[in-house]
Amino acid sequence: MILPALFFYLFAGICVASAVMVIASRNPVHSVLFLILAFVNASGLFVLLGAEFLAMILVVVYVGAVAVLFLFVIMMLDVDFAELRQGFLEYLPVGLLIGAVFLAELLLVAGGWAINPALVKTAVAPIPADITNTEALGLVLYTRYIHYFQISGIVLLVAMIGAIVLTLRHKPSVKRQDINVQNARTKAMAMEVRKVAVGQGLQDPPSREAAE
Amino acid sequence: MIIGLGHYLSVAAILFTLGILGIFLNRKNVIVILMSIELILLAVNINLVAFSSFLNDIVGQVFALLVLTVAAAEAAIGLAVLVVYFRNRGSIAVEDINLMKG
Repeated sequence: MILPALFFYLFAGICVASAVMVIASRNPVHSVLFLILAFVNASGLFVLLGAEFLAMILVVVYVGAVAVLFLFVIMMLDVDFAELRQGFLEYLPVGLLIGAVFLAELLLVAGGWAINPALVKTAVAPIPADITNTEALGLVLYTRYIHYFQISGIVLLVAMIGAIVLTLRHKPSVKRQDINVQNARTKAMAMEVRKVAVGQGLQDPPSREAAE
Repeated sequence: MIIGLGHYLSVAAILFTLGILGIFLNRKNVIVILMSIELILLAVNINLVAFSSFLNDIVGQVFALLVLTVAAAEAAIGLAVLVVYFRNRGSIAVEDINLMKG
């Protein structure tokens, strides 16, 4: 009984500490690494809660994809991040005040709150005890919530297309293959029959641009 | 010592507040603001999964999965906008984002 509590405090403590470091560290690369640490510990909390599938998805999606995306963008942009840190202390007192008030309100809500015992019996989809978490999630996700699932797929598709459209750019200096131009070439455009005088060779060969 | 729902809700509340604080304190760095939004969404996910576990209802985990999807899409789009903005202006400071100010 003591071990889950111990692990809860371990995961929760590291998660909160690394979240503090995300917003407090000077180097954004360190911020991303602390964000990864926070997500790994949150996935530990998910394991403690019995949501193993979501824990693994959190590691795969966040640590594997989103955090690396952040790292790529930070390393791509040539920004003086020290300059961006100016004014951090300026907003610190009022920020801490607002944060403390907000946290106190949230903790009061979380603390002075109890589950109605009748509510526990009215679960929409009770967690089955005899199958794994992944199987239970799949049984619900692909049947009752199939439309949400497909809509989330469309959201991801739109995000992918949007990101590509936003960041794709054609440099004018880079030569590209144009299939239409290639297909539109005719025999008349491509070659020319010329009379060559004997012993003189071909005079002033026409350039390819002039032929087109 | 029993770890109850209140413990998880407290952790989520602290993470949420830290995310808000990150948006509030980093008035200049857009990347840290995006990371703070990720923290806020993580806090929401912890809430959903905690309720799902303690109420014995798996729907919370379904919605946590959907929140995860939207968070990933948001991060991708946000970073793409950031890259385009940096290409145009050469800066990612929040104060410089004033093109649409009258």
